Amino acid sequence: MALPPLDSPQWQTSFRAFLWGARSIGATVLTLVLFATYLGIGALAHDSGFSLGWTLASTAFVWAGPAQIIVITTLGSGATVLQSAIAVTVSAIRLFPMVVSVLPMMRTEDTKRRHLILVAHLTAVTLWVECFRFLPQVPRNRRIAFIHGLGCGLVSVCLIANTIGYTLAANLTPLLAAGMLMLTPLAFLFSTARNCRELADVIALVLGLLLFPLAAMLNSGVDILVSGVVAGTIAYGVHRARAGIVKASA
Amino acid sequence: MSSFIGDWHALAILFVAGVIPNQIWRMLGLWFGGGIDENSELLVWVRAVATAILAGIIAQIVVQPPGALASVPDWLRYGAVAAGFVAFMLARKSIFAGVIVGEIVMLSGKYWPG
Repeated sequence: MALPPLDSPQWQTSFRAFLWGARSIGATVLTLVLFATYLGIGALAHDSGFSLGWTLASTAFVWAGPAQIIVITTLGSGATVLQSAIAVTVSAIRLFPMVVSVLPMMRTEDTKRRHLILVAHLTAVTLWVECFRFLPQVPRNRRIAFIHGLGCGLVSVCLIANTIGYTLAANLTPLLAAGMLMLTPLAFLFSTARNCRELADVIALVLGLLLFPLAAMLNSGVDILVSGVVAGTIAYGVHRARAGIVKASA
Repeated sequence: MSSFIGDWHALAILFVAGVIPNQIWRMLGLWFGGGIDENSELLVWVRAVATAILAGIIAQIVVQPPGALASVPDWLRYGAVAAGFVAFMLARKSIFAGVIVGEIVMLSGKYWPG
């Protein structure tokens, strides 16, 4: 699907721009990845004992796959609210630089901060990636409306996927239900691996996977935090050491 | 309707444990936008820890599987992830190739022994 040229009358109203944004969900393979991920989250929520309404509320109000999975798996396996909240807080820090880097692309002289609240809420990995791809093709004064459309379209797709996944998990044979649950770790493993930009990210991913089973033996209740902070800090240390070597040899 | 929502307590916990700790970063980004270097050392560490926490969650689902996934033997879950990863790399980091191959290996492996 091609967007209309920048000077097209199609961009004259915000409403049209919103519709173009919503229609653009059909122009990205990431929509399929999100669909599979949220199918899995729906199934996971079902098997962890949460209601469908709860699951949909988590998608609409949290709107960050990793945070939702952390809440579902930690609370579902008996962690305290505080432990979940800490793990989510750390996982969500990555949203901060995303929001910071996305907003300047749609600011105009008369943009007020409150105009950007919904854009900030909709910002997550997928939208962040798509902003860089789509926004250059959208007139600046229509970008907020376009992103509202794109973001609302993606949220709708995920709410539908959640409902299908949740319902199927309740009714499928154990084999297919297991397949749906497996979507979550697979989709997240590969999308995280794809997003690794630096050596530190790769080491953090590999060590994070390997250290969790060790941390789980401690049975501390904060296993995820222990393995995450240790693996992440080692990865950062390697990054620093390597930067030091590069500097020293230069 | 009550089974759709479940209990209100769970919904309140969702807001305290999920919504607020997550949204706070978006709103801080909105408030303090500009002036933050995306490549600063602090953000490199933060991203590494966030990645490792997510990796831990992935490992938890595979190692201590919830619900129906627990009926799949350990070796088959690990094998499916490994096969998916090989496909992901061979298909030039295609998320879809990895997910589909991982699923096929797990489902066919579970189906085969009956």
